[in-house]
This record gives sequence, C-alpha cells and structure tokens, in this order.
Amino acid sequence: MATTVLASRGSREQPSGRDNVPGRSALRTTAGLLFTPILLSAVCLALFAYLGSRDLDDIERRSINAEVIGRSLVEHLRLVALSTVIVVVIAVPLGILLTRPGPRRLAPVFLALANIGQAVPSVGLLVLLAVTAGIGFSQAVVALVVYSLLPVLRNTMIGLQRVDRTLIDAGRGMGLTRTAVLFRVELPLAIPVMLAGIRVALIINVGTATLAVFTNAGGLGTLIETGIVLNRITILLTGSILAAVLALAVDWLAGLAERLLRPRGL
Amino acid sequence: MTDSATTPGTDVMIRLDRVRKCYPGQAVDAVAELSLDIRAGEIVVLLGPSGCGKTTTMRLINRLIEPSSGRIFLDGKDVTAVNPDLLRRRIGYVIQQVGLFPHMTIGDNVGLIPRTLGWDKARTKARVDTLLDLVGLEPARYRDRFPKQLSGGQQQRVGVARALAADPPVMLMDEPFGAIDPVTRERLQDEFLKLQAQIGKTIVIVTHDVAEAVKLGDRIAIFAEGARLAQYDTPERILSEPADEFVSSFLGTGTAVRRLGLRRVGDLRFEPLDGTRPIDDRCVVRADQSVHDALDVMLRTGSEIVTVTDGTGEPIGLLPFTTVLDHHPTDGDDPSRPRERSGH
Ligand SMILES: Nc1ncnc2c1ncn2[C@@H]1O[C@H](COP(=O)(O)OP(=O)(O)OP(=O)(O)O)[C@@H](O)[C@H]1O
Ligand SMILES: [Mg+2]
Repeated sequence: MATTVLASRGSREQPSGRDNVPGRSALRTTAGLLFTPILLSAVCLALFAYLGSRDLDDIERRSINAEVIGRSLVEHLRLVALSTVIVVVIAVPLGILLTRPGPRRLAPVFLALANIGQAVPSVGLLVLLAVTAGIGFSQAVVALVVYSLLPVLRNTMIGLQRVDRTLIDAGRGMGLTRTAVLFRVELPLAIPVMLAGIRVALIINVGTATLAVFTNAGGLGTLIETGIVLNRITILLTGSILAAVLALAVDWLAGLAERLLRPRGL
Repeated sequence: MTDSATTPGTDVMIRLDRVRKCYPGQAVDAVAELSLDIRAGEIVVLLGPSGCGKTTTMRLINRLIEPSSGRIFLDGKDVTAVNPDLLRRRIGYVIQQVGLFPHMTIGDNVGLIPRTLGWDKARTKARVDTLLDLVGLEPARYRDRFPKQLSGGQQQRVGVARALAADPPVMLMDEPFGAIDPVTRERLQDEFLKLQAQIGKTIVIVTHDVAEAVKLGDRIAIFAEGARLAQYDTPERILSEPADEFVSSFLGTGTAVRRLGLRRVGDLRFEPLDGTRPIDDRCVVRADQSVHDALDVMLRTGSEIVTVTDGTGEPIGLLPFTTVLDHHPTDGDDPSRPRERSGH
C-alpha cells in the first residue's frame, strides 16, 4: 500500500508562504502584550507616590492601609471569580443546548430573558435583590450572574452557529456521533468566540462588583463609598483607580488566555 | 435502461430499492423512487446537471439523509434501520467541500476515525503515514501541518486519505476533483485510477463533468431532474447509444471524440515498422495512451501516421490515421466490436 499514487510533484500545488513567519508581527504583539502591564504598574506607582506625598489624616488612614485595601481587593476578586464561574457553568451548557436541533426553537426566549437581565440597570438590580432577597455576598453574586449571563450565552450560541455546516457534515459523514462532533469539532471551533464572550462577562463583573457595596458584599466599592460618604477625595481616588487598574489587568489576562486557548490552525 | 442495471447479481455491494427523498417543505421529490445496483469493486459515476439530486443520493446511501421511503442494502444486508454512525464507519465519504477540520493537523484529520475506533497511537500513526504516502503527500512533511497550510488540491487528497482511513469497503466521493485546475485534475484522475487498481473499493463518484465520468466510470448513471435514472450503462454504450433525448443533449456534441479517449492505442491493430521511415520524435505515442492522444499528436504535427512505442520508448509499430478511422464505431455500431476495414 505504500506505493506513491496520487503523487504531487507539481510546483503548482505548493502552498505559498503560509507557514508561520515569525517577524515584525510577532514583535509587535510582544510589545503590545507588555504595554498594558507596564502602564498599569506605572499608574499604581504614581498612586502610591501620591498617597505617600500626602499627609493622611486618621479617617484616611483607617481606609488607606494594606489590610483594608487587601481585604477589599480579595472580596472584589472573589465576587468576580465566583460570578464568572457560575455564568460559564450556566451559559455554556445552555448555549450548547439551545443550538441543538430540538431545543433550538426556544433560543429566542432565553436570549430575550438574558437581554432583560442585562438591560436592567445594575444598581437597580442590586437594590431590587437587596430589597427582595436581603443583603449579602450571595445576593451580590446572583446580581452579577444575571447581569453578565447574556454575553457568554450569546457568544456560545453564535460561536456554535458560525461553525461551518460542511465540517459538521464531514464529521457526521465519517461516522462520528453527534456528541463526538460537538466535542471534537464544534466546541474547539467555537472557542475563540466563546472566550470573547467570557472576557466581556469578566469585565462587566469587575465593573459591576464595585456596586456590590450596596448589598454589603464589600469589594473595592467600599473604598469609593467611604470616600464619598466621608468626603475624602484620597480614599475615593484610591478606590476608583484600583478598580480601573483591576479591570484593565483582568482584561489583559483574559486577552492572554484567549490567545493561548485559541486552537492552533485557525 | 439496460439489464445490467436491474438484474440482481450476487456481488451487488450497494442496492437502492425504490428510494425516495422529499425534503421537508418541498413540493417535489429531490430523489423520486430511485433503484440502483452497484457491484462490488466497480466505480460508478453519478452524472447529471446541477440540482438533479446527486449529492442527495450519496447522502441517502450513508444515511446522512434518511429516505422518505424505500430501502438501502449494503453488501446484501438491509441497512435502512441500522445505527447510522456504525454504518458510516464502513463507508468512506469525501464531501463536496472537502471539509478538513481546520483546528486539527493533517495527521489528526486522517487519524480521527481510527482513534475513534480505539486504535492505539502507534497503529494510527502508521496508518496515517501509509495513507498520506498513498495520496502522494510525504508524511514527514505534511503530517503536522494544518489544513490552511495546504493548497486546495493537497487538501482534496487529504480528504481522500481521511475517507480511506478505516479501510472502508465502500467510498462515496462527491466531486473529489472539483476545485482543481484541469491539468492537475487530469493527473489526479490518472493517479486515482491507479490507486483504485490497487485497493479495489466499491466507489461512487459524483461529477457533472462528462469527460471525468467517461474517464473514471466503469459504469455511469445519468440522472435527470429528481434523480430520475435516465441511463445506467458503461461509458462506451452511453456515448454510442444514448437512451433518450435528455441523455444525448446532456452529453452534448463531441461524444464520438470522447469515445476516442476510451480506447488505448495498444488495442488497435497497428502496422509493422518499416525501416524506410525515420522516426520523427514528435510523432510518437505510447501503446498505453488513448487513441484520443494519438489523434492529438497527428493533428498537432500534421502527420497522418504516428509511431507507437512500448513503455520503455522502444518503437513497436506504426499507426496510420485510417486505422483510427476504421476502428472507430460509427453511431449504431456495436461498440464492443470494432468495424473491420472494408473496400480496400
Ligand atoms: N437540505 C435541503 N433542503 C431542501 N432542499 C434541498 C436540500 N438539499 C438539497 N435540496 C434540493 O434537492 C435537489 C437536489 O439537490 P442535490 O444537492 O442533491 O443536487 P446535486 O445533484 O448534488 O447538485 P450539484 O451538482 O449542484 O451539487 C435540489 O433541487 C436542491 O435544491
Ligand atoms: Mg452536489
């Protein structure tokens, strides 16, 4: 069987320089990758220097210290991490289900629901939850989940719908089961779009988690609120800058993950 | 329709028995009551205009589409109700659009079904290398590339290799040489025929190119609208005795010339060499070339006679134009018997 038949000797069939060429573009992406962390470190240093140059009063010192900032940061990250994980766990399987032949008909209903979740103003949603379900960490997580479900659900569905039908055909035609086609073909090909959705959800959650202070769930919003209530611009500034830096850092990490998890060959 | 199409043989590999397919919401059947027998080891070409139901017929055979009615037999067994996934692993399928998985390497594409069947890594890799070799892609060079790093023609070969992976007895190929320039296409067809001589599969090929059908098919099934079987016969007979108006208009003009492509120079009675004539190295054909090629040489060189050589290039005879003319059956002749020279 090893005889060469169907042999290609023609130069006509050689691919034209489509092998990966490391070069300027790679350099550019490396520079682009380093830009964000450098900028964010600079911002943090500037904030640190600014706070150091100021004579902080008692009230300020009660909020601006390693312990309080650290605790707010951890609370914030826990809110974001937990809500995002829950969103992924709900929205990805739901998105898969809603692109399968039968349940596909229900897709508009679920998309409309998720749309409502996102359209309601986040403060309103949090207050609504606080009023109806009480205040606390889990209420804040629920609000974040409702709020960031849509991008993951929608992108999962779009990612799966965008997979070339002929590839699914090819898979089924060669004897792969539906499940095998889903896991070997559809999901890997949908991953870039799905990751983009998860990234959006993460950013939404980092931002919205600053409002979790209204349900007494802590987070960097505590600093912002304290700053406003006690009329201390330094505390307000520290809280907002840290929230912004965190959002950008998370976005940067998500972008990195997107790049690393994208299947090769696409 | 000829008897070969309807008489059941013991060696029938694929049988469609009054198979009908009507897509939901469509007024007319895409395939209307099609009965077709395909013998083991032969190449059957489905030929017909666009939209006549060729792809649908293919996909009915591997049940990628479920028939609205009728039955399908594979190797004598009714497969209308067996698990389609298991059925499809016995039927290689090259889809019209090639359809390589872009996120898998060439090796993974070809090895996917063997892996699914539980083969271990080493055995799969050996199989992949064998198949890539078979379709003329050096394994070491192409195995770890991704599909987008291959040309269209190379991708089509990988598609063929992938369909062969689990060594299925039956192959369905939907325009496997569709996206290729005419020159490469012709070479791939030649190589495909050599490949088939080695592996002897039962092959169904779809095309809407008459020349390709004539070249590749042991038999040709000409479809009209709704997969109506207009004629099912050998290329010779289809070209010389089109069953009806539809077939002859689909074949178009030039059927006599196409038939030249079916006969090899070596099959004609050529004349012995006479030493008086020096061999013009432009007026030479090999015995295994087609009469069509011989005629091409004559027309290009303006010579009424060409020298026939064997595979090594050694001259073995002379072929004058009159021999070509006399051997060519005119319409209505029995194509299996060349006309004898008369009146000379
Ligand atoms: N999924 C589908 N739903 C509805 N109608 C379809 C579907 N697939 C094909 N058809 C119709 O069925 C008929 C046969 O289509 P088919 O794809 O089998 O044609 P074909 O002979 O392969 O054509 P081509 O040479 O262009 O590939 C066409 O009229 C087509 O419009
Ligand atoms: Mg088709």
